[in-house]
Amino acid sequence: MSIAVNPPPAEDVQLSNDEIIRYSRHLIMPEVTLSGQRKLKDAKVLCVGTGGLGSPVALYLAAAGVGNIGMVDYDIVEANNLQRQIIHGTSTIGQLKVESAKNRLLDINPHINITVHNNLFTSQNALELAEPYDLIIDGTDNFPTRYLVNDVCVLQNKPNVYGSIFRFEGQVSVFWAEHGPCYRCLFPEPPPPGLVPSCAEGGVLGILPGTIGTMQATEAIKLIVGIGEPLIGKLLLYDALAMSVDTVRLKKSPDCVICSSQPTITELIDYEQFCGMPLHDQTDEEGAGEEWDITVSQLNDKFKEGAPIRLIDVREDFEWDIVHLPQAELIPMGDLPGRLSEFDTTDEHVIMCRTGGRSAQMLQLLVSAGITKVKNLKGGIRAWATEIDTELPIY
Amino acid sequence: MPNIRIPTPLRTYTNGDTDITVKGNTVGEALHDLTNQHVELKQHLYNEDGKLRAFVNIFLDGDDVRNLNGENTALNPESSLRIVPSVAGGCMYKHTLNMNGNQ
Repeated sequence: MSIAVNPPPAEDVQLSNDEIIRYSRHLIMPEVTLSGQRKLKDAKVLCVGTGGLGSPVALYLAAAGVGNIGMVDYDIVEANNLQRQIIHGTSTIGQLKVESAKNRLLDINPHINITVHNNLFTSQNALELAEPYDLIIDGTDNFPTRYLVNDVCVLQNKPNVYGSIFRFEGQVSVFWAEHGPCYRCLFPEPPPPGLVPSCAEGGVLGILPGTIGTMQATEAIKLIVGIGEPLIGKLLLYDALAMSVDTVRLKKSPDCVICSSQPTITELIDYEQFCGMPLHDQTDEEGAGEEWDITVSQLNDKFKEGAPIRLIDVREDFEWDIVHLPQAELIPMGDLPGRLSEFDTTDEHVIMCRTGGRSAQMLQLLVSAGITKVKNLKGGIRAWATEIDTELPIY
Repeated sequence: MPNIRIPTPLRTYTNGDTDITVKGNTVGEALHDLTNQHVELKQHLYNEDGKLRAFVNIFLDGDDVRNLNGENTALNPESSLRIVPSVAGGCMYKHTLNMNGNQ
C-alpha cells in the first residue's frame, strides 16, 4: 500500500517551462505526472551524512527535482573518500563536504534549494536541524548517529530512510513508527564496541554505497510521490558477491523503548554513552598511555644510534604489502596471542600498526604477559610516512 | 538439514563460509550446533549468561524468530535461517582486549 509523506502541495508550487523540459521523463509516467513532480518540488529532505551513502542519495534526489535538500556533515573531502563518495571530486579535496556537495548538486539542478549544515548531528542540534524536513535519510556511518536519527524521526513522526553497508553487503529499510517498526524495534541495543569490526576487518566495496544509496533515494521518492510499496516493515538485504537480494519481515516491538505505547525514551539521550563510542567515524584511537608511547622521531633516533630494538608490526599481511618499514617484522594481531613464546622479556620492543590503536591493544596484551620492555609507536606507520619518510605511501 | 546464512561481519569466524548446514529441531539447537562447529562465533552470538545478544537478529524463512517462538521455534529439514547483524557502515575502531586476539 502506498503512503505519501505530505499532502498535495499548495497551488503556488508550479513548474517553470525549464523545469517541465528537465523533468519530462517523469511527467509522462502515469505514476508521477505533473502532480507527482510538484510534490517532489515541494518536498524537504534531510541527508544526514554526505559520504558513501549520502552521495548517490543527494545526487539522485537533486536530479529528480526534490526541491529542498538539506545536508549535514562536519567533514572535509579527502582523497581516500573518492573511491565511493562520488558527489565529491579530485578538485574538491580539502573543501568542506557540504560545500563540495552543494556545488555539485546545484550544477546538476539549479532549480532546487540546498541548505548545508556544517556540523556533527548531535543530541543538542538534531531536533532543530530536522524540524523543517519531511523525511530524513540515514546516510551515517556509526551507531550513535543511527540511534540519534531514529529517535529524532520517532519523536517528530518522520520516515527514516535507512541504509547501511559493510564490505559487500548492504541493508535498506524505511523506519516510520506511525506505520511500522523503528530502528530500535529491530536493533534494541548496539553491539558493544569490542564486537564492532575494526578498520582492519572492515572496508567497503566502493560501488556498494552506490547501490544501497540509490535504493534509499528510490524509497524517498516513492514516499514523496506516494506510489508503490515502501520498505516499511521490511528489511532488504543485498549481497553484492552473491548478487542476491532478500527481504525479511519486521514487526513493531511491543517493548520498544521509544515507539511502543509506553515509551521510556521521550527525549533525545546521550548516544555516545548509550553506544560506548563516538558520534563520528574518525578513529580517535586510544593509546596505551603516554608513558608507553614512543614517537616516530624518537624511534628514528634510536635506529640511527644502532639501538637493538625489535620492531613488531601487528597489522594484517595485506596491509604490510602496501607499505612496511624494513626494520619491522610482521606478527598480525590475530596471531600474536599464540606467539608470545617468541618474545624475550630482556629485549626492547616497539609495537606498531597503521595509526597506533591496534598496537596499543597488543602492548597491553604483552605487558599482561610479563613482556614489559615495550613501547607503542605513536601514530603508527602513518606518522612515519608523514614525518620521517615522506616517500612512503599513506593509506 | 537446516541451513544458516552467515553475514559478512561474522564470516571471519566461519573460515569465510557463507552457508552452514546445521543439525537441530529448533532454532536454539541449530545455533548451538553452529557455535559448536565454529567456536569463535559463540561470543558474538551469546552473552556471558548464555543468552542471545540483543543486537543479533535471527530470521527463519523471512520472519524474525522473536515474533515466532524464539529459540524454541521448530525447524524442518528445509528451514533457512539467517543472522542479520547490526551494521553501522563506515569503520569504527575501539579497543577491547581478549586473549583470542579478537577486537
